[in-house]
Amino acid sequence: MSDPAAATPAPPPGGPVGLGEIFLTFLVIGATSFGGGVVAYLRNALVLQKGWLDEERFLSALEIAQALPGLNATNMAIIVGDRLRGILGAIIAFLGITLPGATLIMVLGVAYAANADNPYVNAALVGVGAAAVGMLAAVTLQIGRKQLGSLIDVAIILVTVGLVSFLHVSLVWVILTVGPAAVLIYRPRKGEAVEGEPT
Amino acid sequence: MNENLSVLGVFSLLSILAVGGGAAVLPETKALVIDSHHWLTEDQFRDIYGLGQVVPGPNMLMVMVIGYHVTGFLGALLAYLGFFLPAGAISLGASRLWDHFEGSPWRAALQRGMAPLVVGLMAAGAISIARTAIEGTMTVAIAIAVFLGVYFVKRVNPALLVLAGGLVGLVALG
Repeated sequence: MSDPAAATPAPPPGGPVGLGEIFLTFLVIGATSFGGGVVAYLRNALVLQKGWLDEERFLSALEIAQALPGLNATNMAIIVGDRLRGILGAIIAFLGITLPGATLIMVLGVAYAANADNPYVNAALVGVGAAAVGMLAAVTLQIGRKQLGSLIDVAIILVTVGLVSFLHVSLVWVILTVGPAAVLIYRPRKGEAVEGEPT
Repeated sequence: MNENLSVLGVFSLLSILAVGGGAAVLPETKALVIDSHHWLTEDQFRDIYGLGQVVPGPNMLMVMVIGYHVTGFLGALLAYLGFFLPAGAISLGASRLWDHFEGSPWRAALQRGMAPLVVGLMAAGAISIARTAIEGTMTVAIAIAVFLGVYFVKRVNPALLVLAGGLVGLVALG
């Protein structure tokens, strides 16, 4: 974060990236990334293969994508597309990353609507649904593992789960109350270096 | 009220609320789609969420299938635009602003404070899906097996595990 040039979106070395290449790159990511692991695919394609971003810019884009509403995958596509080629780049990258999955889910969705009463379809989807629970729990624990060392973080997690899952408080109110409270707890204090990373 | 407008409205609201990604809005999505609007039954919601896990790319594209169930292909398109446009516009604007706050201690406080909230919302999402998807020992066994596979086996494609869950369901329950 010490690089002063990081404050301005700098074009990558070798001149501006073509819109076609942006579309194709995000199309491949959209067609090959599965199950919440999209960050690894993005890093592999954008940092290692294409060299469009260095590690530091990639992490800063990821920080923004995670702190804001929306999915990490589409937020990253929009932010990186914008840094490469402005708004047009953002739109192209977004369409690229969503097009393969959108096409496939519509094919499956139409087939499902036509076969919703088929007992074999239902049996398979009961298995898929159960597997999805296991996957979501694992991804949550992978992301949340580093928070478990901090009592304050554990308290914030428990309060959030309690409000949403057991008291059924509307998400709007949970975000508007727990969000500011959590930021205030970690507010910058005078004469103290702010720790960006949980212990 | 026009159902197309309802689809656009519901998914635009969910888009703005999706702090921490798709799993974070699952409880609210269920509440709006099943309880408020009666667009789907609990079982249909579970099925469509499952479909969303076997396709590549962003994992909330299943909102398109929900929109399709309400008003056909137009509903699918409106759900797609509603769910992705508002959050996308916020990202675009914030990413341009964000760099101006480089080094601001409040930026670090924001990230630090939001991290546990996001984890809590994701956990609530997992609980929400579990309530409709887990019934009987077979589903518990599948969920635990996939959890262990994703968490402990590093280089495994999660979609393959989800498909394997479907196969086990087909053989055991079909």
